[in-house]
Amino acid sequence: MNQNGNRPLIAVEDLVVRYPVARGLGGALARRPRRFVHAVEGVSFTVKRGELLALVGESGCGKTTTAQAVLRLVEPVSGRIEFDGGDITALQSRALRPLRRRMQLIYQDPYESLDPRLSVRAAVEEPLVIHRLGGSKADRRERVRDALARVELNPPELFLDRYPHELSGGQRQRVAIAASIVLGPDLLVADEPVSMLDVSVRAGILSLLDGLREAGLGILMITHDLSTAARFADRIAVMYLGRIVEEGPAQSVVRDPQHPYTKALLSVVPRRDPRERSKREILSGEAPDAVRIPSGCRFNPRCPIAIPDCKQIDPALEPAGDHLAACIRA
Amino acid sequence: MSVVLQEPVALDESVPVRSRRGIVWETVKRRPSAALGAGVLVLVILGAVLAPALAPYDLHKQAGPVFGRPSWGHPLGLDDGGIDMVTLLMWGARISLVVGFAATFVSIVIGGAIGVAAGYFGGKVDTVLMRITDYFLVIPDVPLMIIVAAIWGPSLFHIVIVIGILLWTSTARVIRAQVKSVRERVYVKRARSLGASHTRVVFRHVLPQVAPLLIANTVLTIAVAIFDETALSFLGLGDPSRISLGKVIENAFQRAAISTGAWWAIVPPGALVAVIILACSLLGGTIEDALNPRLRVAHLSARSFRLRPLVGRGREAL
Amino acid sequence: MSLLAVEDLNVWFDLGSGRELHAVQGVGFSLEPGERLGLVGESGCGKTTTVLGLLGLLPPSASVSGRVLLNDVDILAGGEETIRPHRWVDLAIVFQGAMNALNPVKTVGSQIVEVLELHEQARGRGARVRTGELLQSVGIPPDRAERFPHEFSGGMRQRAAIAMALACNPSILIADEPTTALDVMVQAQILELLDSLCSDYGLALLLVTHDLPVVAELCDRAAVMYAGEIVEHGPVDALYHDPRHPYTRLLFAATPDLYGEGMPASIPGAPPRLDRPLVGCPFHARCDRAFARCKDERPLLKELDAGRSAACHLNDVVAEVV
Repeated sequence: MNQNGNRPLIAVEDLVVRYPVARGLGGALARRPRRFVHAVEGVSFTVKRGELLALVGESGCGKTTTAQAVLRLVEPVSGRIEFDGGDITALQSRALRPLRRRMQLIYQDPYESLDPRLSVRAAVEEPLVIHRLGGSKADRRERVRDALARVELNPPELFLDRYPHELSGGQRQRVAIAASIVLGPDLLVADEPVSMLDVSVRAGILSLLDGLREAGLGILMITHDLSTAARFADRIAVMYLGRIVEEGPAQSVVRDPQHPYTKALLSVVPRRDPRERSKREILSGEAPDAVRIPSGCRFNPRCPIAIPDCKQIDPALEPAGDHLAACIRA
Repeated sequence: MSVVLQEPVALDESVPVRSRRGIVWETVKRRPSAALGAGVLVLVILGAVLAPALAPYDLHKQAGPVFGRPSWGHPLGLDDGGIDMVTLLMWGARISLVVGFAATFVSIVIGGAIGVAAGYFGGKVDTVLMRITDYFLVIPDVPLMIIVAAIWGPSLFHIVIVIGILLWTSTARVIRAQVKSVRERVYVKRARSLGASHTRVVFRHVLPQVAPLLIANTVLTIAVAIFDETALSFLGLGDPSRISLGKVIENAFQRAAISTGAWWAIVPPGALVAVIILACSLLGGTIEDALNPRLRVAHLSARSFRLRPLVGRGREAL
Repeated sequence: MSLLAVEDLNVWFDLGSGRELHAVQGVGFSLEPGERLGLVGESGCGKTTTVLGLLGLLPPSASVSGRVLLNDVDILAGGEETIRPHRWVDLAIVFQGAMNALNPVKTVGSQIVEVLELHEQARGRGARVRTGELLQSVGIPPDRAERFPHEFSGGMRQRAAIAMALACNPSILIADEPTTALDVMVQAQILELLDSLCSDYGLALLLVTHDLPVVAELCDRAAVMYAGEIVEHGPVDALYHDPRHPYTRLLFAATPDLYGEGMPASIPGAPPRLDRPLVGCPFHARCDRAFARCKDERPLLKELDAGRSAACHLNDVVAEVV
C-alpha cells in the first residue's frame, strides 16, 4: 500500500453527464432544439483510501448521477475518471469487469436490493461466483462467513440459510454490505445507505461503514442528511444543480460554511435540542429543473446575497476560508 | 468490535410471508374454483391417458346400430359408425389434449423467449420483436390452416405448428411486461453492476420471478389451443387419420346427426371441450389473480372497523 | 376540558385463525386549542394506527376500544356514525404520502372543490373562490388551481394536501410524516407553513413523525411511542434534557446532530412482536438500565411532575431512593 503514497483512490475531473429529454414525434417534426437534463456539469473531487467523502445535496443536484458515473454505470459526456491511477473514463465493459470487483455500490433500499429468492449465503456468494474468486466451495464458504462476521452478523451460521423476508431492514442492509465487501473492494459507493432504516438502527450501519473506512476502504457516501454527513464524513462536498459549490473537511464546512447555499441549508437542518433553534434561512421556491440552468452562477435566482455580477459570472471552486467554495462573494 | 445482533426476525409459519410459489399453492388450495378446475383437468387427463386401458369398447369395431340411443351399456349412445361415444370421447380427448399441450409448448417457448428478450434488452431489440409480434397477431388462423392444408396436407404436426405460431403473441406480451418490471428491480441492477453476465441475470434473477406468471399463461394458452384445434378439426382441416373431439363433432355433423336427432353424438364432445377449457380458465385465472397484488380489493369494502366495549380501565385491561 | 382528549385507546387487528395484533395499547393524551403535540416513534410503534383510529379510518379487520373526547363528547362511542360528522370538519389529516395521493387526472383546484362540496361547505362559484383562498393560505398562487398534480413540485403538492385538509376549517390538524419524502429546504418551508397556519388560525396540531429534531423544532410537547404504547410524555425540552424513559434517551442518542459532540449509537435488538401477549416492560430486552423488575412487571404510564409522565420502573427507584 505504501507505494501508492498519497495517490487518491478515485480522482474525478470536470465530469459532465447529460441526459437527452425526449422530444417526441411532434417535437422532432417541429425541429424543436434538443434539450438536455444537465445532471452533472463539471464536477471534480478525489476520494482517498481510508477516507469517507459525503456528497450532499437536495434531489436533482446530481449526486446520484455522479456516483453512477464514477462506477461507470452511466456514460459521461466528458471529463476524466481515474481509479487508483488508471484512467477508466472510456474503458469498455470487458476491461471494466476486473475493476468492478474493486468498486462496489450499496443501494438505498434494503428491501429491494436483495433477491427474495436467494438465501443470505447465496446472495453473499454470488459475487464470488460471478468473478470466479475463491477456488473451492469450501473456500467460498469461508469468505462468505468472514464477510458476514465483518458486518457484525454474528454468529454467521445463524444467518446463512435465512431469506431476506426473515430479516429486519438493518440486517438486510448488512447482508447487502457483506455481499459488497466479500470481493475485497477498495472503494465503496453508498447511496443513501440508511435513509430507509429506522433511526435506532442507522448508527449501527454507519459505524460499520466507518469501521470499513478505518480498515482502508475509500467510501463515497451520497446523502441528503447533513447531520449524518457532519458526524460520519471526513470531507463533505455540497452539490447544487450539477456542480459542487462547497467542499472541504466535514467540520470545517459545517461550522464555517462559505457558500450562501451551504449556509442556508445548514441553518434549516432541525436540531435535536429544542433550545438550539437557530435563525433559519429558508430559501423560497425549489431548485429549478436541471434542463434550464440559470446563467451566471446557477444559484443566483435564489441567493439571498446575490449581486448583479452573479448573473454574469459562473464561479469556479476557489479557496475560501480553509476549504473551497464557488462563490464570488465568499 | 463486533456486536452480537439479535436473532433474525423468526419465520413464523402462522404469519406467513409467502414466496410466490407459496402464494400460488395456497390460493389454489383455498379457492374452490381453482381446485375444481385442477380436479377436472386431472380427471380428463387421466381418462385420456388411460384410454387404451379404460375405454369400455373398441374404437374401431362397431358396437351397435348407427346413432344408437344412449342405454345402460352405452351411456352416451353410439356415433355415426356405431362406435360407443364414451370410447370415442376418451380417445378423442387424447388427441385434443396432445395437440393442445404440444401447440402450447411451441407457443410458450417462442413467446417466452421473445418476451424475455424484448423485456430484458429493451431498446431496438424490443421494438423489432414487438413489431414482429404485431404482424403475427393479425394473421387469421383458419385461412392460414386452409393454406397449409392445401399446400402441405393436413396433419397433426401441421396443426400443432399452426396453432403454436399463432398463439405465442399474447404470451410474449405478458412476459415482456413482467420482465420489464423485474428488470428495474434493484437486485437485478445490482447483479448487473457486479458484473454478472446477461445469461446469469436472466436465468438466476429474472426467470424465477417470471415463472409463476408463465405457468398461469401456459394453462390459459392450453385452453385456447384446445379450442383452436377443435374448431379447425370441425372445419375439416384436421388430421383425417386421427380422431380428436373436434373431429367427432365434425363427423356427427357430416353424417346428419342433427336431422336424425342424435344429440348424443354432438353434445357430449362439445360439452367435454367446453369443460376442459373452463377448467383451464379457472385454474389459470386463479393463478394469475393470486400473483397480481392490485386485484386485492378488501380495502374498498364498505364495512368499517368494529367497536369493542371497554373491558376495564387503563393498563389492567391488557 | 381539553379540545381533544384520547383515553385508553386500544386497537386490535384480526390476523385470522383467532390471532390478533394488539397495535395500540392503552394510548391516551390531550390536546388544547393551538397546541402542537408530537407523536414520535419508529416504524411499527402504532402512531399512524392511533391517528387513523381517531378519525375512524381503520379497516374492517380492526377493532377499537377507548374514548375519543372532542369537546367532551365521545365521538368514538357510536363508531362510524358518530365520527363521520366530525371527520374533516373538526379533525382533519394530511396523510403520509398525501402528496402522491392526489388524483392525477383532475386539476388540483377541482379536487379541493370536491372536498368542499362533499362536506357541504360551499358549492360552485363559492367553492372555487374558497379554493383560491385556501391555496393562497398555503402559499400556492390561486391561478395554479387549474394545473394538474404532475405540474406541481413535491413541496407544492404537499401544500395542496394541507390546503385540502384545511378546507372545512377544522380545529385540529393531524399531519402524518408531512416532510418525510422532502428535501431539507422544502421540509423547512412546510414546517414553517404548519407553524404559521397554527398561529394564524389557532389550529391544534398533532404531528406524527419518527424524526425527533422535527418535533424539537415545531412542537411544544411530545409523546414517545414504543410497541403500541406511550412510554413518555412531556415538554420537548424536558424530553431532551431530562428524559425519564431509557428509550427516549437512547432514541435521542441515536439521532445524529449537526454540531453535537460524540457519535450516534444504535439501539441493539428490535421491537417486540405485538401479536403475542407481552410480559414485563416491552423495552427491557434492549434497555441499558433494565433490572429484575423490568422482566416481570409491566410499568404503567405514571405522572411524574405536572405535564410529565413516563412508563418506567426506574422512576420508582429514584423516588424510593430520594
